[in-house]
Amino acid sequence: MGVNRALPSLCRDCFSHWETQVGPDNGRCQACGGRRVVSHAGLSEFTIAHIDCDAFFAAIHKRDQPELRDKAVIVGGGKRGVVATCCYLARASGVRSAMPMFKALKLCPEAVVIAPQMSLYAKEGKAIRQAMQALTPLVEAVSIDEAYLDLSGTEKMHHGSAAETLARFQSRIEADHGLTVSVGLSCNKFLAKTASDLDKPRGFAILAPEDVPTLIWPRSVGFLHGVGPAFVKALNRDGFQCVGDLAAVGKEDLIRRYGDGGLRLFNMAHGTDTRRVEPETERKSISTETTFHHDLVSREDLEPLLQSLCAKLGAICRGKGHAGRVLTLKLKTAGFQTITRRLTLSEPTATGYVMLDALRPLLLQELKRGPFRLMGVGVSDLGPLEGADQGDLLNQSAPRRAALERALDSVHARFGKAMVRTLRS
Amino acid sequence: MRLTIERGALLKALGHVQSVVERRNTIPILSNVLIEARDGSVTFAATDLDIEIVDGAEADVERQGAITVPAHLLYEIVRKLPDGSQVRLDLSSDDPRVTITAGRGRYHLPVLAAGDFPAMSSGSFDSRFVLERAALARLIDRTRFAISTEETRYYLNGVYLHSASGDSGPALRAVATDGHRLALADYPQPAGATAVKGVIIPRKTVQELRRLLDDAADEVEIAVSDAKIQFSFGRTTLTSKLIDGTFPDYTRVIPRGNSRIMTVRNDEFSRAVDRVATMAAERSRSIKLSLSDGKVVLAVNSPETGAATEEVEASYGSDAMDIGFNAKYLLDIAGQIGSGEAQFEFADAASPTLVRDGNDPNALFVLMPLRV
Repeated sequence: MGVNRALPSLCRDCFSHWETQVGPDNGRCQACGGRRVVSHAGLSEFTIAHIDCDAFFAAIHKRDQPELRDKAVIVGGGKRGVVATCCYLARASGVRSAMPMFKALKLCPEAVVIAPQMSLYAKEGKAIRQAMQALTPLVEAVSIDEAYLDLSGTEKMHHGSAAETLARFQSRIEADHGLTVSVGLSCNKFLAKTASDLDKPRGFAILAPEDVPTLIWPRSVGFLHGVGPAFVKALNRDGFQCVGDLAAVGKEDLIRRYGDGGLRLFNMAHGTDTRRVEPETERKSISTETTFHHDLVSREDLEPLLQSLCAKLGAICRGKGHAGRVLTLKLKTAGFQTITRRLTLSEPTATGYVMLDALRPLLLQELKRGPFRLMGVGVSDLGPLEGADQGDLLNQSAPRRAALERALDSVHARFGKAMVRTLRS
Repeated sequence: MRLTIERGALLKALGHVQSVVERRNTIPILSNVLIEARDGSVTFAATDLDIEIVDGAEADVERQGAITVPAHLLYEIVRKLPDGSQVRLDLSSDDPRVTITAGRGRYHLPVLAAGDFPAMSSGSFDSRFVLERAALARLIDRTRFAISTEETRYYLNGVYLHSASGDSGPALRAVATDGHRLALADYPQPAGATAVKGVIIPRKTVQELRRLLDDAADEVEIAVSDAKIQFSFGRTTLTSKLIDGTFPDYTRVIPRGNSRIMTVRNDEFSRAVDRVATMAAERSRSIKLSLSDGKVVLAVNSPETGAATEEVEASYGSDAMDIGFNAKYLLDIAGQIGSGEAQFEFADAASPTLVRDGNDPNALFVLMPLRV
């Protein structure tokens, strides 16, 4: 990037455009004098964005309870749970999401811990999602507070480049919802996601494939999406420490070593990504889990919890209109070892009772490996709700049980969960 | 070991035992057949550790001995030899291979020591009885199509054989079900079979046994213990482990008092079902039966493939009703009933239907309807 080349620039405060002749670092807005200026060669051409809300759960609580503004806030479940989100003050002390709560509180004892209120976050997330969908129909949700957007072809409609549309969106979310988001803009999903992380919080970063050697090659291989601790170990053993090491070898070599994963590594190391932004990817599985207040070991303690998890999973399935044939039981031991066991049913189900009957023997088999700190249940190989739980000769009560649970759904919807229960729950 | 045996006798004995040998084995010796030569005869044994089949044949034994050779390889060689040839098997101490000589051909096969061949301890059997070959074949034929392949309900992966009180006195009864259909066949209780308190014979054993019965003598001796069952006939012995589980109480599944009775000529009915089912969607294979006075209309209506209807004459006098079935399950049952009359006993469109063979009061079938 030569100093003499004209760089398109955008002010994130007044949204004015100009071309700067100097380097991007000391830019000030020529119209309003603001310092929040983005300059990049790809500014007016890139259309793939990744938008991520900053410390989403914590930010919502800070907005609603202004007294928390200057306090470290951690959102997560109890003393035994994990950190769901923490604000940037807590992050400064080293707290990270998915960290066990006891560890987080050791690092940041003064933190205010708030139990997650999923329905509140879901409402807020949905509103932000709708605002995104007003920009383009191509919104691919990654999680409650994170999405990819493909803004190509929307320039005429929004009377401006994708960058300008995103900058306006960003400040509108701040004004309307009191929440900040970070935006990454590029020509593909991988670089867009990487960009949104570069400038957090309240960031706006643009990344081009040409930036990969300077910005991404020096990072450790674990920086790459989908490269977990085990893969990092394997890569390190093979002599790949940073992303640049991967970029230095040929595609065939990486594919030979790591199969399809090797091709992905090659693409990421060169900043290419052919995945499209696909709205509403089909759901593959549904699951729910709970971390216990104390480690549990006995059948008497675990079985009722399995029952309530199955009841909840069944209700979620029915609510979403799915039924599945493959059931999974997940247990985490006190020593943080994760055990998963799965089985295939003869027909798809969305009934908690059926799930419990099938998963109970798996739980009993694993009891000796306790004590456990977490249990979860999941269902996959999903299909439509119609045609599920037909039962068969040996299980003629299945349709009746399914009908009973559907009836309970509507009672719960009208009168709340505490009103009516089955005798077993 | 050195022996000479007529190709036909060798092929027949090998044919009886070799099919139990799995195509892929992690334990090499399980790919082999054990050959033991004694005075004037030779025995062949093969096993997959769950089933063991032993068969014998007359042979001219020059030198006694025992060895194991690859079962499928030996079988293929013998199968391709010309009919009537004399086959010589020779194991000498200076060659670590078996030499097979037939006509002008010589084959050398690798061997593994006979001592390493896993013998299935037959243990002691609690009860023994004799059954006619045809009766045993019928019990299997009537039921085996309904055996489940589902792993979670492993106790359904076989035929449940036990003593029961049938319509015409004490009976030896075979039952199989996969939850969608159930098949039951009775045979008058043979002497000594009273002690059969219920065993689940695994699917593979059932298939192997049925194959062997085609060549069997008129009577089969059956011996049963808690964990094993043994069938002996002529020179052939099949020993198998049993499925260790509890077969569900199938009697609760058999509907009683279904009041809507339809009688059809089975061959006519099943051919019509087969034709109409051609149009059924691959996944559900669902076919609708509309019953009314004197006829049944078979119909398939699939958004992808099209539609078909066919009318079959039936004796039916109750209220008109529609009921759906899996066409394949319907055909499986029709295939057992043969050319006589089939009698269907319906309750309603959601409850199990009972099917009887007009010519055979000792068999019945239950079929779960599909929602249509």
